[in-house]
Amino acid sequence: MRHGRWRFLLGALVPALVLHVVFVLSPYAQAFYLSLTDWTGVAGQASFVGVDNYVRLGGDSLFLDAVRNNLVLLAVVPLVTIGIGLFLASMLRHSPARLGQGYRIVYFFPQLLSLVVIAVLWSFVYNPNTGLLNSGLRAIGLDGLTRSWLAEPAWALVAVMAVLVWSSVGFYVVLFSAAIEGIPAELFEAAKLDGAGRWATFWKVTLPLVRESVQVAFVYLGIAALDAFAVVQIMTVGPGGPDGATEVIGMSLYRTAFSYGKFGYASAMGVALFFATLTLAVLALRAGRKERLELA
Amino acid sequence: MNPESQLTRYPTRRTLLRTAAVAAVTVPALAGCVTSGSDDEPAAESGVEKTADNPLGVKTDAPLEVVVFKGGYGDDYAIKAEAAYTAKYPQAKVDHKGLQKVGEAMQPRFVGGNPPDVVDNTGAGRLDIGTLVTAGQVSDLADLLDAPSLDQPGKKVRDTLLPGVIDDGTFAGKTVALNFTYTVWGLWYSKSFFASRQWQYPKTWAEMLTLCAEIKKTGVAPWTYQGKYPEYINDPLLTMAAKAGGLDLIKAVDNLQPGAWKQEGLVQAATAFAELAGQGYLMSGSEALSHTESQAAWCQKKAALIPCGSWLESEQKGVAPAGFDMVMGTVPSLTASDKLPGAAIQAASSESFLVPAKAKNVAGGKEYLRYLFSKESATAFAQANSTLPAVEGATDGLTLSSGLGSVRDAVTAAKTDTLTYRFRTWYGPLAKAVDDATGELVNKRISPADWSTRIQKAADALAKDTTVTKYTR
Repeated sequence: MRHGRWRFLLGALVPALVLHVVFVLSPYAQAFYLSLTDWTGVAGQASFVGVDNYVRLGGDSLFLDAVRNNLVLLAVVPLVTIGIGLFLASMLRHSPARLGQGYRIVYFFPQLLSLVVIAVLWSFVYNPNTGLLNSGLRAIGLDGLTRSWLAEPAWALVAVMAVLVWSSVGFYVVLFSAAIEGIPAELFEAAKLDGAGRWATFWKVTLPLVRESVQVAFVYLGIAALDAFAVVQIMTVGPGGPDGATEVIGMSLYRTAFSYGKFGYASAMGVALFFATLTLAVLALRAGRKERLELA
Repeated sequence: MNPESQLTRYPTRRTLLRTAAVAAVTVPALAGCVTSGSDDEPAAESGVEKTADNPLGVKTDAPLEVVVFKGGYGDDYAIKAEAAYTAKYPQAKVDHKGLQKVGEAMQPRFVGGNPPDVVDNTGAGRLDIGTLVTAGQVSDLADLLDAPSLDQPGKKVRDTLLPGVIDDGTFAGKTVALNFTYTVWGLWYSKSFFASRQWQYPKTWAEMLTLCAEIKKTGVAPWTYQGKYPEYINDPLLTMAAKAGGLDLIKAVDNLQPGAWKQEGLVQAATAFAELAGQGYLMSGSEALSHTESQAAWCQKKAALIPCGSWLESEQKGVAPAGFDMVMGTVPSLTASDKLPGAAIQAASSESFLVPAKAKNVAGGKEYLRYLFSKESATAFAQANSTLPAVEGATDGLTLSSGLGSVRDAVTAAKTDTLTYRFRTWYGPLAKAVDDATGELVNKRISPADWSTRIQKAADALAKDTTVTKYTR
C-alpha cells in the first residue's frame, strides 16, 4: 500500500519537475553562464570573458536610460494603479449591488485583452492627427492641450504609464472589492455609529484590513513595471524613443540579443533584471511581514 | 505587408506580436543550445570534377534543401528555380521550405551545425549577417561569381549583376551573400497630383525649398515622413550628404574614421533638414506616425512628398487611389559643387541568399543560386512582383507600372553612380544612434552641430570597442 502511494506521488510529481528543470531552471542557469561569455547567438561556441559584460552595463548610456525609466515606472505605476483600484473598489461598496456588479465587469474588460492588442489600440488613440485623445480635446475646445503624445520626450513615458495603469487597474478593483467584501459589515456599522465619515472609514477601517491584498498588488505591479517591454516595443517611437525616453531594460535586452547579435551581453542584462526583480519581491514581502507584526 | 528585408528594418504588426511574445522567454531558452553543443566540422568539397557543363562540381544525386523567406514576394520564384535545378539534376531531391520566421527557424540549425544548403536570410527577425560571418557560418561565393552565367553566354555571374550587388554581400573581403532584389531610395510623389497643381519635381535643394514654400501656400503639407521609424528620413539626408561629399565621405563614415560625421557634406545635409523642419514643411504629427499611417496620409494628398525605398508602390497597393500614379524622384543635389552628379541614387540590394559553410551540399547550394540569378528567373520575378531584381537588364522589354518604371529610369540615369552606406548592416548600435539623432534633429530638439557631435561620439565609442568586429571598404 505504502509503496504504491509513493509510486503514485512520484509518478505525478516527477514529470512536472523534470519539465520545470529542463525548460525553466536549466535555461536560467545557462543564461547565468552565457552572461559571462561573448556568445553571438549563431556560433557553436562561446568564449569566456569573465565579468566584462557586467562592467559594460555600467557605461552603456542607453541601458542606464532604461534603468532610469524602469525606476520611474516602478515608482509611479504601482502607486497610481493601487490608488485608483482602492478608490474604485471602495466606491463600489457604496453603490447599489446591481450597478456595482456591472461596473466590476466593465472594469475587468481590459484584463481580457492581450497586452499587445491594448498597445495597438492605444497607439491609435494617441495618433496626433486622427487619434481619439487629440480629437476629443479639439472637440471640447482644448486645442492647446493636444500634443504628439508618443513623440515628445516629456510625454512619451507618461503616455506609456497611462496605458499600463489602464490595463491593470480593473484586475485590482476586483481583487480589492473581494477583500473589502470580506470585512465584517459590523465594523463599518460601528465606524458609522462612531460618526466616522467615508474618508475616515477608508483610512481607519478599510485600508488596514485589506493591507495584505495591497502588498501582494505591490509585488505584482512592481514586477510588471520592471518589464513593460510589450507596450514600449509596440507603441513607442523608435521603439524605445524618442531618443531613449521610453527605453526599458527588456527593450535593450531584446535589441542587444536579436539586432546586435550579442547574446552574452544581453544575458548579462537579463541576469541584472532577474536580481532587481528578486530584490523587489523580497523587500516587498519583508515589509509585509513587519506590518503584520505591528497589527498583532 | 512589407516585402522588404535586408535593408528595411521596419517591423510589421505580425513581427511585433511575435516579438512581444517571445522576448521574455527566448533568451534563456536559446541558451540551451550553445552550452551543450560542439563545433562541427565544415562540409568537405563535393569531390566531383568541375566541367564546363557543371562548373561548380555538383554531385548530381545529392539532395538539396532550400529555405526561402515567404514574405511580400511569396516563394514561387524560388520554386521555379528549383524546378529548373531538378530538370538539370533529376536525381537530386529538392526539399523546399517557405518560411516567415527564417531567423528563428535557422538559428538552432546554425548552432547545431546542420544548416540547410541555401538560406534566404530575409524578413524581420533575420539573422545578423555580420554575426554569421564572424562565426564562420557562411561560405565564400567567389567560385559562383566566376562561374559562367546560365543564360547569358560569355558572361560570368559576376558580370550580370547590377552595380553594388556584390559589394552589398561582401564582408571582410569575402562575398558571402547574394541579394536578389534591388532597392532604390528616393522621394515619392503623385505624378497626377503634381501635374494638376503644376508643381515641378526639384533638381536641387534650393529648388526644393522654393517648391515647399509654394506647396505650403496651397494648404498641403510639403513633406511627411514615417516618424515612428526615423531611419526613413535618414535616407534622403545621408544620400544628399553623399552627393555633396562624394564616395570618400561614405568611406570615412563606414570605416569609422575620426571626425567622419563632422565632414562638411554631412553637416550641410543636416542643416538642410533642420531648415526643412524649421520652416514647418513637415506635416505636423508626422513625428509620431507609423509607416502605414504616414504613407496613407500621403496617398490622401495631405502631404506632397514622402521619403521611401522602391518597395513603396507594392506596399501601397490598395491604399493609393486609382490614377494616383506614384513616381520616385531622385534626391536633389545639395550644392552647386556636389561631387556626385544629380542623377546619383542610393541603391542597395536585399533579399539575401547565402550558402551556409556547414551545409551538406555546398556546391549544390551555389549551383541553385546560379539558376536563381539567371536572367530568365529574374525577369519572371520582376513580372510577378513589380520589383527590380538584382540582375541587369531583367526588366528590358517589360511594360512597367508608374512606380517601378520611375525606379528603373532612375537606375538607368544613374549609370554607375550608385551609392550605399554599409554602417547600417555592419554596426547596428551606430545605426540606432544615427536614427535617434536624426529624429531629434527634424523635431528641432537638437542643432545640426549637436547632431554631428552626438553621432561622432557614438562612432568613436564603437571604433574603440574591441568586442565588435570591424569592417573596411
